[in-house]
Amino acid sequence: MSAGAASILGRVEPGTARGHGGGGPASTRITVAYGFWIFLLSDIIMFSTLFATYAVLKGATAGGPDGRALFELKTVGYETACLLFSSYTCGIGFLSAERHRVELFYGCFAITFLLGAAFLGFEASEFARMVAMGAGPARSAFLSAFFSLVGLHGLHVTVGLLWLVYLVAQTAAFGLKDFVCRRLHCFSLFWHALDIIWVALFTLVYLMGVQ
Amino acid sequence: MAESPEAQAKTTGADLEDRPPGLGEHAPAGGYGIYTAGLGFALLLTIASFIVARSHLLWPPGMPVGLAVLAIAQMGVHLVFFLQIGTGPDNTNNVIALAFGILIVTLIVSGTLWIMAHLDANMPAMLPPELLRGS
Repeated sequence: MSAGAASILGRVEPGTARGHGGGGPASTRITVAYGFWIFLLSDIIMFSTLFATYAVLKGATAGGPDGRALFELKTVGYETACLLFSSYTCGIGFLSAERHRVELFYGCFAITFLLGAAFLGFEASEFARMVAMGAGPARSAFLSAFFSLVGLHGLHVTVGLLWLVYLVAQTAAFGLKDFVCRRLHCFSLFWHALDIIWVALFTLVYLMGVQ
Repeated sequence: MAESPEAQAKTTGADLEDRPPGLGEHAPAGGYGIYTAGLGFALLLTIASFIVARSHLLWPPGMPVGLAVLAIAQMGVHLVFFLQIGTGPDNTNNVIALAFGILIVTLIVSGTLWIMAHLDANMPAMLPPELLRGS
C-alpha cells in the first residue's frame, strides 16, 4: 500500500479491513451488515413513498373524521415508549450475545419481544377503535393512506417478532456461534430501523395530525 | 503525510496472522454505555416532541418545522448510537449508502409533494365547491 493511499484512508489497524483493499478483504461481519444495511435503506425508500402519499392525502377526508378527531396522543406515547425501549433492549441483547453472556441475551430478547407485542397490542386496539367508529380504511383517502402507512409498519413489527422467536430458537439449537451472531446483528439493525421509521411516523402522522 | 513506522509494522502483522479473511471476527460493536446514552438522548427528544405538540411553547404555524427538527435529530441519534453508522473506518461504505438513501427519499417525498401541490392548484374543480365539501 502506497504512502499516499494510506494518508487518504487513515491508519490501517490489524484486522480492520475497510473495503478499499487496505488490510485485506473485509470480514464477513462487515459485509453481512453492509448488505443488510442496503436492504434496510431500500425498505426505508419504500416507506418514503407511503409517507409522501399520506402527506398528499392528509386533507382528503371526504367529510369524514380527520386526525384531530381520531388520534389519541396517550396511546401513541405508550407505543413510542414500547418501541424505543425494545430497541434499546434489542441492542443490549445483541451486545451480550457477542460477549457470550447467554442469560443476559435471553433476558433482553424476551423483554424486546414483550415490548414489541405490547406495541402491536396498542396499535391493534387503536385500529379496532377507529374501525368501530366507522373510520375504517374505506372511509376516505386520508384513512386509506393512514392504514397503509401505519399498517405496513405494524406488519414489519409482526414479521420482526416472528424473526426474533426464530433467532432465539437458533441460538438455543446452535449456541452463540459466529453465524448466529451475524443473524442477530441483522435483526438488531432491522429493529432499530423500524424505530427510526416510527419516529418519522409518530411525528408526521400523530403529532402533526392532532394540530 | 507518510505512514508511521508503527502503523506499517501493524499492517504487516495483520497480514501474517494465520487465518482466512472473514473468520475470527470478534470486533466489539461499541459498548453498553453507547446504547444507554442513545436511549437517554432519544427519550429526551421524544418527550420534547410530545411536549411541543401538546403545549403552545412554539408559535403554532411554526410547530411542524419544530417537530420535524426534533424528529430528524432523533433519527440522527438512532443512526449514530443504535445503528452505529459513524465515522469509523469500517463505516465508509455504510455512510455512502446512507447518503444515497437520503437522496432518494428526499427526491421521492419532495418531488411528490411539489407535483401534487401544483396539480391541486392547477386542476379545475369538477364539481361546485359545496358538493366537493359535502359528499
